[in-house]
Amino acid sequence: MADPVFSPDDQKLFDSRLADILTRYPADRKSAAMLPALRMMQEILGWCPPEGLRLVAERLEVKPERAYEVASFYVMFHTEKPGKYVVDVCTNLSCSLRGAEGMLAYLERKLGVKAGHGNEQWLLREAECLASCGTAPCLQVNEDHHENLTTREKVDAIFANLG
Amino acid sequence: MTVAPAPAVQTVISEAWGQPNSHLISEYKKRGGYKALEKALAMEPTAITDEIKRSNLRGRGGAGFPTGLKWSFVPKDNPKPKYLAVNGDESEPGTFKDRYILEYDPHLMLEGIAIACKAIGAHKAYVYLRGEFKFQAERVDAAIKEAYEAGVFGESVLGSGFKLDCYLVRGAGAYICGEETGLIESIEGKKGWPAVVGLFGCPTVVNNVETLASVPPIMNKGAAWFAGLGTDKSGGTRLVCLSGTVNRPGVYEVSMDTTIDQLIHDPKYGQGMPAGRKVKAVIPGGSSAPVLTADETDVALEFEALKMKQTMAGSGGVVVMDDTTCMVRALWRVTRFYAEESCGQCTPCREGMPWMTRLLRKIEEGLGEPEDLEILMNVAASIAPFPPIGLGNTICALGDAGALPVQSFVMKFKHEFEQHIAEKRCPHGDHPWGHFGDWA
Repeated sequence: MADPVFSPDDQKLFDSRLADILTRYPADRKSAAMLPALRMMQEILGWCPPEGLRLVAERLEVKPERAYEVASFYVMFHTEKPGKYVVDVCTNLSCSLRGAEGMLAYLERKLGVKAGHGNEQWLLREAECLASCGTAPCLQVNEDHHENLTTREKVDAIFANLG
Repeated sequence: MTVAPAPAVQTVISEAWGQPNSHLISEYKKRGGYKALEKALAMEPTAITDEIKRSNLRGRGGAGFPTGLKWSFVPKDNPKPKYLAVNGDESEPGTFKDRYILEYDPHLMLEGIAIACKAIGAHKAYVYLRGEFKFQAERVDAAIKEAYEAGVFGESVLGSGFKLDCYLVRGAGAYICGEETGLIESIEGKKGWPAVVGLFGCPTVVNNVETLASVPPIMNKGAAWFAGLGTDKSGGTRLVCLSGTVNRPGVYEVSMDTTIDQLIHDPKYGQGMPAGRKVKAVIPGGSSAPVLTADETDVALEFEALKMKQTMAGSGGVVVMDDTTCMVRALWRVTRFYAEESCGQCTPCREGMPWMTRLLRKIEEGLGEPEDLEILMNVAASIAPFPPIGLGNTICALGDAGALPVQSFVMKFKHEFEQHIAEKRCPHGDHPWGHFGDWA
């Protein structure tokens, strides 16, 4: 038998939260809980592994392909295990007008990975507009938002506390 | 540059922004919050819709469709449940206004939701926020909980007997889910492919966050007051998002007759350009809106006026490019976005966007050939016509959104594209964005 996806405690947590979410949708539309279910799984495991996608599909009474289709469609779901920190740098127009391309090049040097690539520690990506154009340039580390990054010192401060 | 002072504005949406604890229900009630809902609950649903119609409120998500009219399309005699879906997917590049409503005044939106649901007869509302809005989702989640505790949501809204549930749904990073029907697909737990039926196959109204936040002030102060703030065809004020190379970017609530020049230069708003720089180009309504040259910016930030200039008020995202900006590089950034975010359903968009992106990168790197500009324009025209006259050759407006910038940039700044090709290099060298920040 395959290893369980979650520890027993995490499994309990996942199931109880999923049961609550299912009350929000029509009874014959369990699959509507797909995005919240995948998000919960990723919060616990750090990504959406194949056995996890099978588990979510089983709970929501759809084929595993449906879970994979959704997980692979949205950039925030990781169907491959990412590094410990996912760094999303906005390089869209408003951020680029205020130095985002230079900031990205700086981060490539600092973290030792090219944009679009990663290692065990980092996954560095160019993100699409993060709706923070008035406080550009900006980036997110594991979904935590940082803005007004106009100097190297401000960027260094974010990464100083990340091991 | 001398620009006349911007017209005065009576704030409708942004009044509480920046005040301490403005996001809490206790503070919201001190400002008179949820009084509009009480009033609406005592009214006939059709009377609420009529009031919104008379206010001339138009959707603030991009298309500018009259809100009251949209509500009136919900069938009264359909036995199926009805739904309200709230579009907080704010993803159009250059747009960042809804995040401030969500952060500073979530109850203004929630009250608008409750009133809208009463008007259309919906007992469930889903608030869809883009996945990257983590902090904003926490704020809205907390506000929904407060609203349940205060009886705004639940079995009997403020004791009226009207049942209403409101749920937060978080996206996971896909621009297409801000498209009305893509949003519905996403709430249903699918990938966001635009389609034509309502949520769970039922009648559904989709309204933008700012649109719903405009509803309580209308109910409080009356449709005539709101209509009087705006133009003949569009009531109220507007939130505009100013970004790019100006001295003070930000979200500003402006009167509809405020011009782009006033927004950029007025001390209340953008406070002018950085020293030594001039405006070269401005995108007036999110990155899909056709670009304007510096000679075209004496225009009001309003639906009809911008339409006359063959562009769009869109989502209110005003992006300023100064004279050190490389227009090829800027367009490449814009087009790359639509290529990334195309959902892949329609061929012209799926194939055309990446093709245009590759051509632009090629020109920017000095490898462009003279025929490339014609190919670029042909590909764009095969996706959507210019000027914008409605839907192009794709199911949803993402096709138009990606084709219109290409057409407008190339038409209006053709010499820059030709110069890249003739000189076989970017004339701006290593500084296509001028000098911003010291990252070397």
